[in-house]
Amino acid sequence: MSDAKAVADRLVKAKRLNALLTPPKDLRKSLAIQEAAARPTGVLYGMPVAVKDNICTLEFTTTCGSRILEGYRSPYEATAVAKLKTAGALIAGKTNCDEFAMGSSTEHSAYGRVLHPLDKARVPGGSSGGSAALVAAGAVPAALGSETGGSVRQPAAFCGVVGIKPTYGRVSRYGLVAFGSSLDQIGVFGRSVHDAARVLSVISGRDPRDSTCEDRDPLRLPTVPESLQGFVIGLPKEYFPPELDPAVRRACDRAVRLMKELGAAVREVSLPHTPYAVPTYYVIAPAEASSNLARYDCVRYGPRFDGRVDLRGLYRSTRGQGFGPEVRRRILVGTYVLSAGYYDAYYKRAQQMRALIAQDFRNAFDRGVDLLFTPTVPSPAFKAGEKLSDPIAMYMSDIFTVTANLAGLPAMSLPIGRIKGLPLGGQLVGQAFLEDEMIEAAYALERVVPATDEA
Amino acid sequence: MSSSWETIIGLETHVQLRTKSKMFCGCATAFGAPPNTQVCPVCLGLPGALPMPNGAAIGLAVRAALALGCTVHPKSVFARKNYFYPDLPKGYQISQFDQPLATNGTLSFLAPERGIVTAGVVRLHLEEDAGKSIHDRFPKATAVDLNRSGVPLIEIVGGPDLRSPAEARAYLQTLKQLLEYIGISDCDMEKGSLRVDANVSVRRAGETALNTRTEVKNINSFAFVEKALTVERDRQIALIESGGAVTQQTMLYDSKENAVRPQRSKEESHDYRYFPEPDLPPLVLTPEFVAEQQSALPELPAAKRDRFVATYALSREHATVVTSNRAVADYYENVVRAGAEPQAAANWVMTEALADAKDHQEQLRVAPGALAQIVALVKGGTLSHQAAKKVFGEVAAKGGEPRTIAEALGLIQVADSNVVAGWVTDVLGAHASEVGRYKSGETKLMAFFVGQVMRASKGKADPKLAQRVLEEKLTAS
Repeated sequence: MSDAKAVADRLVKAKRLNALLTPPKDLRKSLAIQEAAARPTGVLYGMPVAVKDNICTLEFTTTCGSRILEGYRSPYEATAVAKLKTAGALIAGKTNCDEFAMGSSTEHSAYGRVLHPLDKARVPGGSSGGSAALVAAGAVPAALGSETGGSVRQPAAFCGVVGIKPTYGRVSRYGLVAFGSSLDQIGVFGRSVHDAARVLSVISGRDPRDSTCEDRDPLRLPTVPESLQGFVIGLPKEYFPPELDPAVRRACDRAVRLMKELGAAVREVSLPHTPYAVPTYYVIAPAEASSNLARYDCVRYGPRFDGRVDLRGLYRSTRGQGFGPEVRRRILVGTYVLSAGYYDAYYKRAQQMRALIAQDFRNAFDRGVDLLFTPTVPSPAFKAGEKLSDPIAMYMSDIFTVTANLAGLPAMSLPIGRIKGLPLGGQLVGQAFLEDEMIEAAYALERVVPATDEA
Repeated sequence: MSSSWETIIGLETHVQLRTKSKMFCGCATAFGAPPNTQVCPVCLGLPGALPMPNGAAIGLAVRAALALGCTVHPKSVFARKNYFYPDLPKGYQISQFDQPLATNGTLSFLAPERGIVTAGVVRLHLEEDAGKSIHDRFPKATAVDLNRSGVPLIEIVGGPDLRSPAEARAYLQTLKQLLEYIGISDCDMEKGSLRVDANVSVRRAGETALNTRTEVKNINSFAFVEKALTVERDRQIALIESGGAVTQQTMLYDSKENAVRPQRSKEESHDYRYFPEPDLPPLVLTPEFVAEQQSALPELPAAKRDRFVATYALSREHATVVTSNRAVADYYENVVRAGAEPQAAANWVMTEALADAKDHQEQLRVAPGALAQIVALVKGGTLSHQAAKKVFGEVAAKGGEPRTIAEALGLIQVADSNVVAGWVTDVLGAHASEVGRYKSGETKLMAFFVGQVMRASKGKADPKLAQRVLEEKLTAS
């Protein structure tokens, strides 16, 4: 059990990563208050959990890594945060992220980039890079992130920690600042499968404030299995293309061999619409974002960037200066694809393709496969600046993760080895609301995989 | 000039549903609260807040749809209508677009020129209201009140089936009456709980295709509906007759000038970029829920009117007046049930009762049983019509039993022929010359004699009895 001061000390020690947006003074003060108020009977009593800055908290500001919400303090807290507090956890500050969760490197934050804990020249992944980096640096055992297209699993893979994205509807989105509402889910990072899973268990379950949250009991944690006897693991061939980085392939092959040794049956499957996933995602997510981000006009909250101007001038200056370039790009793309005359060609077709992608997964599961195993990312953490000038290259780092968001399925990443000292992630994709099976397999794999060995 | 022209009007009506809380949050909907006091993260559009549909609002919308004979769809879809405005906190309005709650209904109404007209209802959908921009509170600044933000509305889109401004008014009146009847809305245009926009076009008599239409907005009182549409119709006709052409645009009605002006193009031509609301699953209505709403509907005005014609032998006109308001219709039926003769009861309700209610906050102050007694007293000859009106006024003001009041006021008619004969003798004695003229054939003087007897008796004589006695005496002597 950690006391408030020790928790704060560990977080402040990790300051060089620029992963935490909360000033040390505010953090120490709040942790002391929270510790005094925490319920000793809670299942997470005393556990510090850092929270991505796009999830509303009463204790700290919620800026979404954006200028346009600089200093914004929410008058209410997210359901997931309230559940953590009820369970006795301490909200250990707000973590840096790509602005409004749009990005794969945490370079698109208005508050500066987050450094990779193992190599400061590299990115921690994104958009929940701050949460991933803090867990990897040992500053907190667990953290909340959010996913729209892989924003938990990809940084988890880059940083060598566990990241879980639950089924769409498993965790309430109330208080998660919306990016792509039909894709967004709060996810968790942990040093271990168990840390991540028990935090997920606490934040999951029904919420009368979110109509897209399923009316289900919280997730029950599985026990650590002796073997993987009876599990059928599918390897989708589209996720292992010939051009895949050989080290990534080696790490995956090793993990698969280990699962077989534990008794799992392994078979190749096909998800034929996979090549269309990234383009589909980059129509739907920006479309929803263009609408979700319309509220940021600085009329009711947020800073105003110009003095007295007319209404159009106000919109132009606040939104032009308040949003960074990546957010502006996506708002423009989203506005375009929803416009009269383009809706059918883009948004409608993307929705049709999304249905086909979801059907691919159902087909695989209908043929007796319990779980899918794939690499989480096609390569380890890249260098800062490397993909900033090439948005498409940046988008392609989501290639193995966006499908689970489009299909609404639970998926997680866990460390399966390293390349030249940099972590690699393996991904498990489960069936809707069967997180327990996925976590069970992850427990088993985690015990045998040499996560920090070179692949 | 307008005789050779036909006017085509379709109304889009927004109706605020009578719910305690808003469409997607628990905030109160009461009118007139201090600005920005009935708000929460959801209706303020704060980051991270999500909508939760209000079941009561959905129920009321379904009732409206059923009352309009619409097909209520088991599955409808909420959609976002995107546009920027300071009183629209999310930057979009949650509405319904290509899959509305209900479609394909009708509304029959009595048109001034065409009799009973059945107008189509194209669709009925649910949506939330925006807040209110207040431009005249602070100099050089606009204030925003978000109390109204998220208040539940239905939009009723009528077909292009109305043929004159007066007809549009009659349609709206009937719609308002129906919605008030079923209790889903206050329908108060002044408070904004009923708002109407009109699509207007004109064509030469005999043409069948629809011409370019304009949309008339800012009609914010019932009194302006006919005026605004007349102004716009006349503008279009004059424009075409002078060789011009109508362009599709939005016209704003200015009630002070009784004129329309085009909305600045900057204010319109929105591309609303509708798309399905991802924060809300499709709205699925079970047959049980729809049936529950159906059973919650009262007898609708048209059915009630027809029943009154059939059951009480009232004329269509009288039945229409008596059923124009649910409270009045119920009152009328209670008067009849208390024993009043139906036509006489209708006469009393349409005149004395409604006039009294108008002067007293729409309260029907005379209990149905008391009115039935008054009607019976008149019919039985105990009270003259004039005396009965006095009794009605007394009962309305002070309550009490009509017969007792009539007695106390000395208004009971004297039906004793001996007493009446005494008054008759006095009157005939005092008007010898008229008696002479009567006897020489001027029989229309009978009314004069009856009047004199009534006067002599201070209104207490039974006029029929007085006439009979007069006839006897004038022919006998």
